[in-house]
Amino acid sequence: MSTGTKKNKKTSSNSNGVPKLKFNSGWEYAPAPESQSHIQLKERYDLFINGKFVKPSSGNYFDTINPATEERIAEIAEANAGDVDKAVSAARNAYERVWKKMPAAERAKYIFRISRMIQERAREFAVIESIDGGKTIRESRDVDVPLAANHFFYYAGWADKLDYAMPGRIPSSLGVAGQIIPWNFPLLMAAWKIAPALATGNTVVLKPAETTPLTALKLAEIIQESGLPEGVVNIVTGFGQTGADIVNHPDVDKIAFTGSTEVGKIIQKAVAGSNKKITLELGGKAANIIFDDAPLDQAVEGVINGIYFNQGHVCCAGSRLFVQESVYNIVLRKLKDRIETLIVGDPLDKNTDIGAINSKTQLDTINRYINIGKKEGADMYQSSCPIPGKGFFCRPTLFTNVAQSNRIAQEEIFGPVLAVQTFRTDEEVIEKANNTPYGLSAGVWTDKGSKIFNLTTKMRAGVVWANTYNKFDPTSPFGGYKESGFGREGGLHGLSGYLKVKTFTSKKGKTLR
Amino acid sequence: MSKTVEKKSKLSISENGLEKISPKKRLEVLKTYKIYIGGQFPRTESGRYYIATNSKGDQLANVCLSSRKDFRDAVVAARNAFKGWSARAAFNRGQILYRIAELLEGRKAQFLEELIKQDVSKTQAQKEVAVAIDRLIYYAGWCDKYQQIFGTVNPVASSHFNFSVPEPTGVVAAIAPQENALIGLVSTISPIIAGGNTCVILASETKPLCAVSFAEVINSSDVPGGVVNILTGKPSELFSQFASHMDVNAVVYCGNDELIEKEIQQKAAGSVKRVFTYRDVNWLSEKGQSPYYILDLQEIKTTWHPIENIGGAGGGY
Repeated sequence: MSTGTKKNKKTSSNSNGVPKLKFNSGWEYAPAPESQSHIQLKERYDLFINGKFVKPSSGNYFDTINPATEERIAEIAEANAGDVDKAVSAARNAYERVWKKMPAAERAKYIFRISRMIQERAREFAVIESIDGGKTIRESRDVDVPLAANHFFYYAGWADKLDYAMPGRIPSSLGVAGQIIPWNFPLLMAAWKIAPALATGNTVVLKPAETTPLTALKLAEIIQESGLPEGVVNIVTGFGQTGADIVNHPDVDKIAFTGSTEVGKIIQKAVAGSNKKITLELGGKAANIIFDDAPLDQAVEGVINGIYFNQGHVCCAGSRLFVQESVYNIVLRKLKDRIETLIVGDPLDKNTDIGAINSKTQLDTINRYINIGKKEGADMYQSSCPIPGKGFFCRPTLFTNVAQSNRIAQEEIFGPVLAVQTFRTDEEVIEKANNTPYGLSAGVWTDKGSKIFNLTTKMRAGVVWANTYNKFDPTSPFGGYKESGFGREGGLHGLSGYLKVKTFTSKKGKTLR
Repeated sequence: MSKTVEKKSKLSISENGLEKISPKKRLEVLKTYKIYIGGQFPRTESGRYYIATNSKGDQLANVCLSSRKDFRDAVVAARNAFKGWSARAAFNRGQILYRIAELLEGRKAQFLEELIKQDVSKTQAQKEVAVAIDRLIYYAGWCDKYQQIFGTVNPVASSHFNFSVPEPTGVVAAIAPQENALIGLVSTISPIIAGGNTCVILASETKPLCAVSFAEVINSSDVPGGVVNILTGKPSELFSQFASHMDVNAVVYCGNDELIEKEIQQKAAGSVKRVFTYRDVNWLSEKGQSPYYILDLQEIKTTWHPIENIGGAGGGY
């Protein structure tokens, strides 16, 4: 034991810290782009209302571009208040006449069918997702699309089992759900919204983000093919105003929103006094905590995955790293070495680790925060990797010497930027980790079981990953504490956001709350 | 020693002549109705008061007209108490709620008297006190059970152990029902604290007496200071502060005023507070109790941990 410690000391003293890790020993990666030949895209996409693709009443279309090439992919209809009204009426009509009356087991079969059809066309969806949003093909192929299909499959099975979901209650559907989703996981978020809404007997008006509407519209095609009754799912594309039109529509019974805390607050305020049920999945500034007894190589992998997965466009990204002081040097060394190996570039290349930033606007935001970080006195480190000359790209970035009050440690950047801080004691790191208005997720790395449970219990966050990070599953509830929103998506708990649960009947026949 | 004491006391009694006064003629000691913050009974810092009366207009007491500063002080106390209270063993919270019930049982007479003073008929008052005690027992029992009803172990597809448990939301600001001053208050507080939250609650404006006495019961029931903070005053003055305070996690409004409800919901958006309106609930009935009242003020936390999986899926032994 004692000799082991001595040895460690010797090696570390050799190179003022830790020897450099060698990942690539002379081999180069050959390009391995995924083929685009099998995907089918139209030049122009209309609104999906009442089972048909219809032209927007304004006649306005906007471009959706490939953020990796800045080339136009297709033009997309912009829905105005009139179009939203048509979509809501279609959803209301479908709810009253068809969907709420349909036997739950039949409802389930439609949802199962949608899941299967996504699986059948998984490759096409993955490629389109990468083209439209800039995420790597590895991710859209292995994470987004399979999880989206699985989400439909999971909730399909709930449709005829809702009486088991809430002990002592008989739940019922709400009516028309208005759903607004972000651009970071376009298809997956559509699945997270639509699947539980349909399983619980509601009908849907969904608005995808303006920069990433394609997979939702491809999903509309699948929905059409699946024979789902007309109007049960309506998809209206547009900008923030289209979303606002949904939120403010008087005949919508439920608003589900995933996006920034800033917009979430506006929505919460807007629905005040309207009796609309609301769930919000908002921003985050997650702490990823490494203790000195953690398996450091795995922890570093977890940190890399935590912040650079999906270019850091993840609300639960581990954007704050807390390293226990005694292992700070070694962790930082390993982290920098690992960052050097990340490949930034063509999202469709299967070797790419970090794809394109979703939009010019977002790239500007990220660069603004990087400048703020530098101005506030933190030390920036960026990978020296090459980035393509065209398109929106950002090198993986980390900051050290970060103060708790620095904006890069307090505000959500939504990009590949990590703020590294240190700590000595458990109490200190718990205090620091919880000291933000957010509370979506957290990560803990230690080999000590009792410490894991202490930390996971003390984190004021809805999802806590211990010795892992950024894992998702349809059975696993996801959602935040504090200003990260309320309500859960996924799992049993994801049902209640779409159910009326205020009344139930006891065995004696008395009506209880 | 004992001789001197006897002598002294004899002397003092004869001096103030108490033994000559019959209990009926004795001047009653009036109670000062104060507010309850952080386990203390201060007067409102504002020095303001209002007069609680019954329907005949008889003056019952001078009651603290709590200010926004009192509310802020109470939130600080509630926040400080949250860490400890939420970390208490669920079983222990159950015992403490039971203890509140025990003490309320022992002080039934006082609450009956106060309810009757505030225009409740004797039969109704007896019922209300009994239901209030039983409601505390009901929630005492839930303290270590709702987690098992509302928690789940989730069968994720990857090699991870994954479970979800309810955890308290934090500091809850509540406006108690105006009618049924005792059972309304008890029914609002119980699920909040049973779930490990701490609270600041504004008592019924027109019938505040029981609330202050209930604070005394809580204060002697092993409930740590700051877990329950009770203010008296006007909802119209304070509700907007309840909704806008940045260190409050949830607001409970027991009332029917849609304008107040709307404004609470609007202001609550400033820090994404959870808002619950309990409208038209008959707190004396079975509708007034449910584990779903506890669940309203819980957050679901999901924890993931990898499962070692050497040698591929499905251990063969």
